[in-house]
Formats: sequence, structure tokens, C-alpha cells
Amino acid sequence: MTVELSAADIAAKLSQRFPGAVLESGGATVLVESHRLLEVARFLKETPGLDFDYVTSITAVDYCHYFEVIYHLISIQHNHTLVLKTRCHTRHNPTVPSVVALWQGAELQEREIYDLMGIAFSGHPNLKRILTWEGFPGHPLRRDYL
Amino acid sequence: MILKRLLDWLAGYWPEWAAYVVVGLVGIMVLIAFFLTMIMVVIWLERKLIGRFQVRWGPNRAGPWGILQPIADAIKVLTKEDIVPDRADKWVHLLAPVVAFVPPLLIFAVIPFQPDAILADLNIGILYVVAVGSIAVVGAFMAGWGSSNKYSLISAMRVAAQMVSYEVPLVLSIIGVILVVGSLSMMDIVNRQSLPFFLMQPLGFLVFFLAAAAEVNRSPFDLLEAESEIIAGYHVEYSGMKFALFYLGEYGHALAASALVTALFLGGGKFPWGALPPSFIWFLAKMVLVFCVLFWIRSTLPRLRVDQFTGFAWKFLFPMSLINIFLVGTELWWAKEMGWSLFPWPFLFLNWAIAGMLVLVWPKLFQLGVGRVEV
Amino acid sequence: MALRTESILVNMGPHHPSTHGVFRMRFIFDGEVIVDMEPVFGYLHRGIEKLAEGRTYAQNIPFTDRLDYLSSMTNNLAYVLAVEKLAGIPVPERAEYLRVIMSELMRICNHLLAVGFLLNELGAFFTPLMYMFREREKVLDLFEMVCGQRLTYNYMRLGGVSHDIPPEFLPAAKKFVREMPGRIDEYERLLSENEILLFRTKGVGILPREQAINASASGPVLRASGVRWDIRRADPYSIYDRLDFDIPTGEVGDTYDRYMVRIKEMRQSTRILEQALEQLPGGSVCTRVPQLVRPPAGEAYGHIEAPKGELGFYLVSDGSVAPYRFKIRSPSFINLTALRDMVRGWKLADAVVIFGSIDIVLGEVDR
Repeated sequence: MTVELSAADIAAKLSQRFPGAVLESGGATVLVESHRLLEVARFLKETPGLDFDYVTSITAVDYCHYFEVIYHLISIQHNHTLVLKTRCHTRHNPTVPSVVALWQGAELQEREIYDLMGIAFSGHPNLKRILTWEGFPGHPLRRDYL
Repeated sequence: MILKRLLDWLAGYWPEWAAYVVVGLVGIMVLIAFFLTMIMVVIWLERKLIGRFQVRWGPNRAGPWGILQPIADAIKVLTKEDIVPDRADKWVHLLAPVVAFVPPLLIFAVIPFQPDAILADLNIGILYVVAVGSIAVVGAFMAGWGSSNKYSLISAMRVAAQMVSYEVPLVLSIIGVILVVGSLSMMDIVNRQSLPFFLMQPLGFLVFFLAAAAEVNRSPFDLLEAESEIIAGYHVEYSGMKFALFYLGEYGHALAASALVTALFLGGGKFPWGALPPSFIWFLAKMVLVFCVLFWIRSTLPRLRVDQFTGFAWKFLFPMSLINIFLVGTELWWAKEMGWSLFPWPFLFLNWAIAGMLVLVWPKLFQLGVGRVEV
Repeated sequence: MALRTESILVNMGPHHPSTHGVFRMRFIFDGEVIVDMEPVFGYLHRGIEKLAEGRTYAQNIPFTDRLDYLSSMTNNLAYVLAVEKLAGIPVPERAEYLRVIMSELMRICNHLLAVGFLLNELGAFFTPLMYMFREREKVLDLFEMVCGQRLTYNYMRLGGVSHDIPPEFLPAAKKFVREMPGRIDEYERLLSENEILLFRTKGVGILPREQAINASASGPVLRASGVRWDIRRADPYSIYDRLDFDIPTGEVGDTYDRYMVRIKEMRQSTRILEQALEQLPGGSVCTRVPQLVRPPAGEAYGHIEAPKGELGFYLVSDGSVAPYRFKIRSPSFINLTALRDMVRGWKLADAVVIFGSIDIVLGEVDR
């Protein structure tokens, strides 16, 4: 059975290492500052005992006044899971650091989010539209797209 | 035989050259009609049999047992629009189907169905077959090059690789037969086979059969038209009658190859007992049998990759054919030294033993194909 | 004289017999060797995620049928599990068993096609595929019995399944389960030791263990690379914790392993089916759920081991009758991440085979 790691414990560890990076935590979810996402993710991936080596799903939700990017992480080695979240509060050209350098599995998923939600991932090797074509107007999954 | 009588009869009334022309044309017409009918029959047979191999019915709507299916197909392709790609090399594109279709037809001129049923018993029969047979590949290359399509282009390159690789073992395996017969005439070759040559030279038979299968693009060597890779290969840009010519040519070539296997290795129209059915019936029966084996293989085996395909020719078939020549040559020399007129039985067992051993051992000695290339 | 060579760009697809739909690969070839490959997606993009935001939770079930249309049952299952998790809907035991039976039948069905098409791409001219179709047909007959459909089932419901099985289902299913191991033996006799198949697949398109994990591969692709990871075991849903089965894995992660893992998984599915059919309890098949389910505001991620890999649904609810966000984590799409690294350096013919061994359905890739 996949164990959901307590977010509070992880948040404590993270705050110790990266003060101020963790904004909220609850259940199995940790919300971090978007500009510190990459280092937090690297910490989660490389710390022994955490070893989040597998990113199951990356998705984004448009909550109208902010975007939330959600990373479902799994450690295949220890069989535990954690949900990592980050937010960007601008609607015009929101940017989140890309985690492709850590997990190759993020490559297509980040492109999909860029295409459908309009969130740019800085540091992505090949960030362009994937499901719609170049020059498609708007980003279909935003709530204000009709 | 009948033609000869016709010639004699006509020559009584007409000038001799006119009689020759008329008789020649009649012979050609008969052969073409036979050729096309035969192709239709084998197309139907193949579709039906492959249907059964694949646990389905095969054609069964047009006529009883779907027997009119090839005719329906023919009507369909005849009425289809002929499309020429805008950027194609028009003349090459136009000529390619003809070049691919004619050679198998030409091969049939020297196929000895029966001692008196052979259009032209050339004294260089087998040489002629080899020469003419390889022209069909030029047709495929022209089509591949002329269609201005990248899949066709890849196919054309495969054609070139195939022609270079497989012609060699094909010809070398025939040498074994010619050594025994001492003549290039197809009729002589058949006549000499009191014992079919596939019993005497199993290795040569194997090499010839496989190389011929490759030469006529039958699976597992159908890389030229590998549907799952390059869609239809060289004839991807053809439609209507031009496509039909390729299709017919391909089947014709396969048919010609089966006829050659029959004539060279299976004793032609000879059969151990009786002459009650005329020998051309036996010939046709054997030919269809060989053809059935070809599409039995087709419906069973996956396809080789292009490097494995050429590797198979050079690393397996080529040495095998050389060994076969060496073996047959030695045995013939030995038999001559000892003054035996007939090919002795012990040699037969020896040949089978050597062939079996080589087939089992030789493939272990090399790696087929090159695998991944660093890019 | 130095030979001047030029690489050519070939667009394979969107219309190509081996791309399983409308996928497009832009290859750069040096002769027949693949120098580079770029996948192009989106030809079958229907915006299901967006459409789903405008429909109620129950109305979205038929959409999931149209994702991976070769394994609709498991898609249904993944979605209803996610909604049940979100809304806290209980499921009767009989329904759980029926769901597992349907998913495993679906898995057999899917793997039959995956193996069949792989063989077709290897050039075996439809024969193995037709054999596989013969068995698939029987599974489709079973599905037709329970829900009247043969491709898009729409069978699962929030809180259970739509119909109980008819009386003739159990004997037919048991007969199928009895016959299936023999059929798989038949395929193995025909295929598994075929020299040409070995030549074409052994060592071809290796996806190393580390990369498989790093690239988020899932399902048979991940397991073929030697990772013992199956959500049915790792995070058991439904009643999989009560059933006894093994997780087959490969060793090197080449095309042959991916093929072999699927063959072995079919055997395991037969084992699961045997047990599930034996243990099938009585009772109702669906809890009473209101027409318009209003889950409490929140989010849930439900995932299952679909035949092609991890199929997950991430649902966000704002307390209304329609999901606020409906995200599909589709295995076909994410398994393609490593495709470029797998095919580079191989030949054109291998690319088709490696691609086939990943086993994708475009309905799920483009959504």
C-alpha cells in the first residue's frame, strides 16, 4: 500500500533546509514558493529516506486568481507518495521553474500544461505547444477561455 | 508441338518469315494468356489459403468460394484513376511498371512445362533467366526513384541493396546444378533429373529457394514494400492499372521463381510413376506447391531488418552456395575418377548430412545485423 | 574521394499503418539510421478535459470510454474510483468483484492487441493478429452480454456498475478462462522462440531501469525494464489485495521484454479471473447515488493499473455538480516521453517496432 507521507513532517524538514520556502502544508500536500520549487524538488528527489524518483503526474489548475501547479511524486523504492504544489499569481505569462532536469517524465506533461494552461516552464528544453498547433489562440483549459 | 504443326501448315501457303511471325505471336499470346490466368489463380489461392492460415474465411462473396474475386479486383483497378505525383519523374514513373512486369513474362518463355511445351528451348536458358530476372528489380528501383516520395526512395535503396546481395547466392547456387548437367538449356536440366536435384544438392536447393524468395520480395524478405515500415515502398505512388502491373509483376515473378525451383530442383514435369497425367500437369502442380510454401512462409514469419537482410545473404547464403559448388564439384570429379556413370547414393546421404550440419552450426558463427549505431 | 551523404527528413504519419492512429514522428534519417526523432501530437485532441468541466460527474463516464478505446472498462474504473474517493461513495462487494473481472478481461484484450499489432509491425502479415482477434472476440462477446456494447462500454457507475451480469455470463467467462492458458501457449509456440522475432526484438530499443523510472514510464513498459511496480500491488484498489497474482518483470528493458511481460501478464490476468469468478459474492451491484453527485470541495487523485500503465484522474471539486478540473494522467502519453532516446541510432524498421512495443492508443495520447 502506498504510504502517504505526512506533509507536516516533510514541511518541517523543508523549512529547516529552505527557510521560507514552504507556504502551507496539510494532509499529504506541501505548497512551496514557486521560485524555490526546483531546489525543493531536488531535495525531495535526492535526500535518502525520501527518494522521490518518480513523478506520476504534473497538472495545473486555474483558480481564477492564481494558478496552481501540482506534482504527484512517488518513491518507487519506499513506496510512499507526496503531493507538491506551487502557485503563480499572475495571469499574464505565469512562469514556474521546469523540473525536466530532475525528472525526464515531466517533459511532455509540462509542455501540455504550457499549451493548455499557458504556464511557461523556465528551463524546459523544448517548450512549445503540443496538443494544439502553433499559433492557436489562447489556452483552452483556462477558466476564462470559452 | 502444336505450334510446330501450325508452322509447317502455314509455311505451305505463306512465305516462311510470315509463318514464323504468326506462329511466334500465337505462342506469345498463348503464353501471356496462360501467365495472366495463372496469376489470377494464385492470387485467389493465396488469399484463400492465407485466410485459412489466419483463422478466417478469405474471399467468399464473389462467385462460389470467392473464385471471381481476382476478376472483381481487376475491374476495380482498371476503373481507378491514374494518379501521377506532380513532382515525379514522369517518364521513369510511367516506364517502371512495364519494366517490372515484363521480365517474369520473359522468363516463362524458357520454362520447360513439358518436352514439347516450351516456347524457346534456348541453349543458354538458365543464363537468360538470370539475366532477365534481375531486370524486374530495375523496374522497382525506377519506381522508387521516380515517384519523388521518401518512402519510395528508401525502398529504392533497399532494392539496390537486395539486388547486389541476393543475385550472388542465387546465381552461385545454380552453378551446382549446371555442373551436374553440363548444359545451360532448361530442357536438358529437366531431362537429367532422374533424381530431383533437391535430393542431390539440398544445400543448393535451400540457397536457391531462399535467394529466390528474397528476389521476388516474399516474406520474410519483403523489405521493399514493408507495409508496416515504408507503407508500400516503391509502388506507394502508383494507382489504377500501373499499380496492377506491379502487383501482377510481383506475383508473376513469384510464379516464375516457383517454376524455376520446380525446373531446377524438383525434376520439372517428371514424376516417379506413370505419365498418365501429362507432365505439364505435374509441373504446374509442383509449381503451385512451391508457391504455397512461399505464402505459408509469408503468413508465418516476421520480417528481417535491412542490415540483417543483407547480412543473411553475405554471411549465410553466400558461403553456403560456395560450399555447395565445392561439394558438388568434388563429388563429380571423384565419380569421374572412379568411372561411375550415375551419381552414387552415398553422396546423397553425405550431402544431406553436411547440409543439415551446416544449417545448424553455421548461424552460430556470426552475428546477424549490426544493432544500434551511435549517432 | 569522400562520399557526400545527406540526411533526409521523413514524416512518418499522421497517416501511416504503424502509428496506431494519427501519431506523427518526424524522423531524420542517415540512410536508414535514425539520427533524430521528434514526436508530433495533437491530431486527435478533442479537449475532453475541457468538455468534462461542463458536465456532471456521471455524464463524464462515457468520455472516459473514448480515451483509450481499446480498454474502456479500465478507463471507466479509474474515473469512478477517483469520483468515489472524492465524494466518499461506498461500493458493494459484488460490484467490486465485477469491476475487477471486467478490468482483467480488458487487460487480456488489450495485451492481445498490443502483441498482435507488435507482430504485425514486425512484418508477420496479420497471422498472429488474427489469432489474437479470435480470443478478443470472445471477450467482446462477454462484454456485450453484460452491457450491450462491444467497444465503448460505459459500464461502471458511481457506486458500482450499471447492470448485474446475466445468468449466461458466468459459464461463458469460466469457459474462456479455462481455454485462455492453452491459447497463450499456442501463441508462445508460434512466436516466443521464433528466430526472426528474437533477432528483431532482443536488445532493440532498450529503456534502462533508471531512465524508465526517471521518464515516468508505467505499466508493462516500466516492468519490462525490471521495476517491480504495479499499482494493483503497490497501492491496491478495489479488491486486488485479496487476490493472488505475480508481477512479471523483464530484465533489460528491450522490446522482447516488453513483449514477454505482456504475454506473462495475460497469464496472471487469467489467474486473477479464476479467483474472482470463484469468489464472486451475491448482493446488489450499485449503491444508490443521487443523479447529481455534489462532492465536497476538494481534490482527489485516483489511479489504477490500466493495461497500458498508470491511468490516473485528478479531480478538483468546487462543491458543484460538475468537476472544476478534470485531469487525465494517461499512460500512453507519458510512456512516449522516452521514445526519442529509445529509437535514436536504430533503423527505420526498429523505430516502428519500438513504438509498437510501447503500445499506445491515440485517443489517450491526445485526449
